[in-house]
Amino acid sequence: MDVVLDNLDLYLLGIRDTVVLTVVSFALAFLVGVVVAGFRVSPVPPLRAAGAFYVNTFRNTPLALLFFLFYFGFPKMGIGFSAFTWAIIVLTVYTGTFVAETVRAGINSVARGQGEAARALGLSFPQTLGVVVLPQAIRTVVQPLGSIFVALIRNSALATIISVANLSKTADQISTDTVQFVPVYLGVAVAYLLLTLPSGLAVGFLERKFAIKR
Amino acid sequence: MTAPVLADALGPRGRRQVRIASAVSLVAIAAVLVLAYRRLDANGQFDAKLWRPFTQWQVQKFLLVGLRNTLQVAAVAMTLSLLIGGVMALARLARTRLIRMLATIWVELFRSLPLYLLIFYCAFGLPRSGIDISIFQALVLGLTLYNSAILGEVFRAGILSLDRGQAEAAYSVGMSYWQAMLGVVVPQAFRRMIPAIISQLVTLLKDTSLGIVITYEELLRKTEITGVFFQNPLQAFVVAAAVYIIVNYTLSRLVRRLEVRQRKRFGAGAIQVTGVEELAVVGAQVEAIMPTPTPTTATSAPAAG
Repeated sequence: MDVVLDNLDLYLLGIRDTVVLTVVSFALAFLVGVVVAGFRVSPVPPLRAAGAFYVNTFRNTPLALLFFLFYFGFPKMGIGFSAFTWAIIVLTVYTGTFVAETVRAGINSVARGQGEAARALGLSFPQTLGVVVLPQAIRTVVQPLGSIFVALIRNSALATIISVANLSKTADQISTDTVQFVPVYLGVAVAYLLLTLPSGLAVGFLERKFAIKR
Repeated sequence: MTAPVLADALGPRGRRQVRIASAVSLVAIAAVLVLAYRRLDANGQFDAKLWRPFTQWQVQKFLLVGLRNTLQVAAVAMTLSLLIGGVMALARLARTRLIRMLATIWVELFRSLPLYLLIFYCAFGLPRSGIDISIFQALVLGLTLYNSAILGEVFRAGILSLDRGQAEAAYSVGMSYWQAMLGVVVPQAFRRMIPAIISQLVTLLKDTSLGIVITYEELLRKTEITGVFFQNPLQAFVVAAAVYIIVNYTLSRLVRRLEVRQRKRFGAGAIQVTGVEELAVVGAQVEAIMPTPTPTTATSAPAAG
């Protein structure tokens, strides 16, 4: 276990990097997801089609493939970013599809009368959606969104593929340097548990706090 | 899909606004497409020599072997995960405390760790501990550890979703715990779990692509090799993505349809397992179509009794 204690600073850095990747990607994915969900329920056919295309394309592609396509493929069309930025983009694009589908489901679960009442008051579609329907919709899908967040913590490990710093990369590095596989990976496993298990509990708490009692 | 709830039966003004919005968004979409096209064209990415390899049987065969390997891994890992997941679910509901505890540790541990880490460790960590394992076995083992934990939770939720009366009736006609469980509860619960199981299969199929990090020659790895060889990574990954999308989109549609049908027939809630994206989406979708008073959820939080 000495190897873990000796490299505790590296582990802490790894935890920080994983948290940064996860939180930034989730914040962006949430925005993307909400906008796309709005597209998918909008009365404008081209927006609905664009939303459906985005969701069905990226949700059904393996995350690892997206990392390769974006990082090695897209520079071929002259688009260049740092590996870290690509990692954020890939995680956002992938996670955004799940957020979009979840939020859309939430929108569909809001009672019809809410939208009708908003329209009767003369609110436009964006107003109806943004002011009346979405706030209620998101409260009903707190738990699935939390699931997506926890999954993102785990998925961010794939950023290692393009050499972006995170907990798994830390494990990679320390185990190569010290040639001690078992304790190094046990340490990383514990670090991941420290992130995922409390997140799961936090989701449960938020769910109880925001759930709409019907 | 027709217009959703929020915008039914628009008046003349609303229709005019929708027409304007449609025109504007079409122009915007077209602009993005044109931009992308010009970017690709300017960098010579439409060059026939970059795409031609995929019309050659040799290359197609190379990739098809990859697809076969992908499906093989998925089939073996899925079968093992179903078996172990079933055992875990029963163990978590067992009457002996120790068994329950061990199964809980298994499930909570393996579904909390990144699959990438599990597979990497199986392939490179285990051999250093003196365990002889091929990369195929390592990939299957990693996928199985993770998916057995998830499916264990799916099964447990399925069993718990069943009306108590079913087990009570079985006891009252003199069945033992295991007779009631295996003869009455499990067969009914299994039918309810079919959509969730297929949904997890989609995830597993996508996850087989992690074989690339341990150089197992599944579809993604073969694609990477093709891309390096012909110097057309963009085209190669686009082709592979198309294959994955076709397979997974078909399965996803099937899940949705089955889930809705189940819901109509049994009135049971969607089976959700926390921490998994695909199942979160399916759960939310079904909840939206037909909300239940008590959704069937298996959470890691102590809240779930």
